[in-house]
Amino acid sequence: MNTNRRKFLKIASLSAFALSSGVASLGLGAKEAQAQLAPGAYGHGDKSLHAKRWAMVIDTREFKTAADYEPLIKACHRAHNVPDIPGNKNIKWLWLDSYEHCFPDDMNPHLSTKMQQAVFPLLCNHCTNPPCVRVCPTQATYKMADGIVAMDYHRCIGCRFCMAGCPYGARSFNFFDPRKYLPEPTNPSFPTRMIGVVEKCTFCAERLAKGQLPACVEASNGKILFGDLEDPNSTVRKALAANYSIRRKPNLGTQPGVYYLI
Amino acid sequence: MLYNKSAVYIGIVILVILLTSPFWVGLFGHNYTSTGITTPKDQATCIENADFMRAQHMRLLNEWRDKALRDETRTYVATDGKKWEISLQNTCMRCHTNYKSFCEKCHLSNSVSPYCWTCHIIPTEGK
Repeated sequence: MNTNRRKFLKIASLSAFALSSGVASLGLGAKEAQAQLAPGAYGHGDKSLHAKRWAMVIDTREFKTAADYEPLIKACHRAHNVPDIPGNKNIKWLWLDSYEHCFPDDMNPHLSTKMQQAVFPLLCNHCTNPPCVRVCPTQATYKMADGIVAMDYHRCIGCRFCMAGCPYGARSFNFFDPRKYLPEPTNPSFPTRMIGVVEKCTFCAERLAKGQLPACVEASNGKILFGDLEDPNSTVRKALAANYSIRRKPNLGTQPGVYYLI
Repeated sequence: MLYNKSAVYIGIVILVILLTSPFWVGLFGHNYTSTGITTPKDQATCIENADFMRAQHMRLLNEWRDKALRDETRTYVATDGKKWEISLQNTCMRCHTNYKSFCEKCHLSNSVSPYCWTCHIIPTEGK
């Protein structure tokens, strides 16, 4: 073999290896781009609550009528400046619906009268496998380490893929400027949203960071439990161990984090 | 041959003055020195020094947003060791209560129009 040819093949194969193995991209540029700008440090608050997987257990046996849920919905919507828009373009964070709409997998045509008349509270299920996160083209919605499916409204482009992806109807689109339906923000320490973004329940991540339980849990006087699903001694795990519970549309495999005691 | 001599010369003079007008305004006009913003009276410093905040506050706010919303690290420990809650409305606007004479004044003089306030709520006293 010609030495020149041999040399050429050596260099060619080495460069092919370098390019394909990513050695060539180990420049400083990528690291510099991720460097922190602030000279200080970031951390958690002293009182903030942490969990491996936040979950909610709603004891529906303790609620008799739709009016029993009213204070919870009010507390949630007041805390997050959620407007009430008449018609089918309303914003829903916490809302009510009938048994057959909440649990359509239960095909039993002869429900007990009690169940036929009952209403159930609905909210974002904060799924373990959230379809909304998979379809979001801008990563405006994402799953955090503690299981909360959160949203960054700054990044939302309003494509509404997440609304099509969510099997629970837990996401609402701002067809109008929400401030028109909210003349005065009910909570000046929380932002509103703007026209053209999708919004949903946040499991009160901003309250957990301050050591407070979610607004609906606080307003329920112990009828809704909130805790760490991975901790066998948590209130939610104890309630699930002691009672029969169901989740919405379990056959979809999304693994909701909201459990209903029936 | 040049017709309407005087009109043409006057026109040329007017044209030259117009074209060079930015220089005249710069030479004899009011000099730009400051945006005229008023900083909060009851605070000696912002979370970091003023130079850093002036140059980087928009990037810092972006970083705060990502740290708070995505990493759930909602506390910022400044270089002087002071702890701050990461929140535009609950931390920044608690001191910078006057939107008109702080945010807006500087943004207008620098002709930038950030859309923070379509969602974040401006304190009522500074609207």
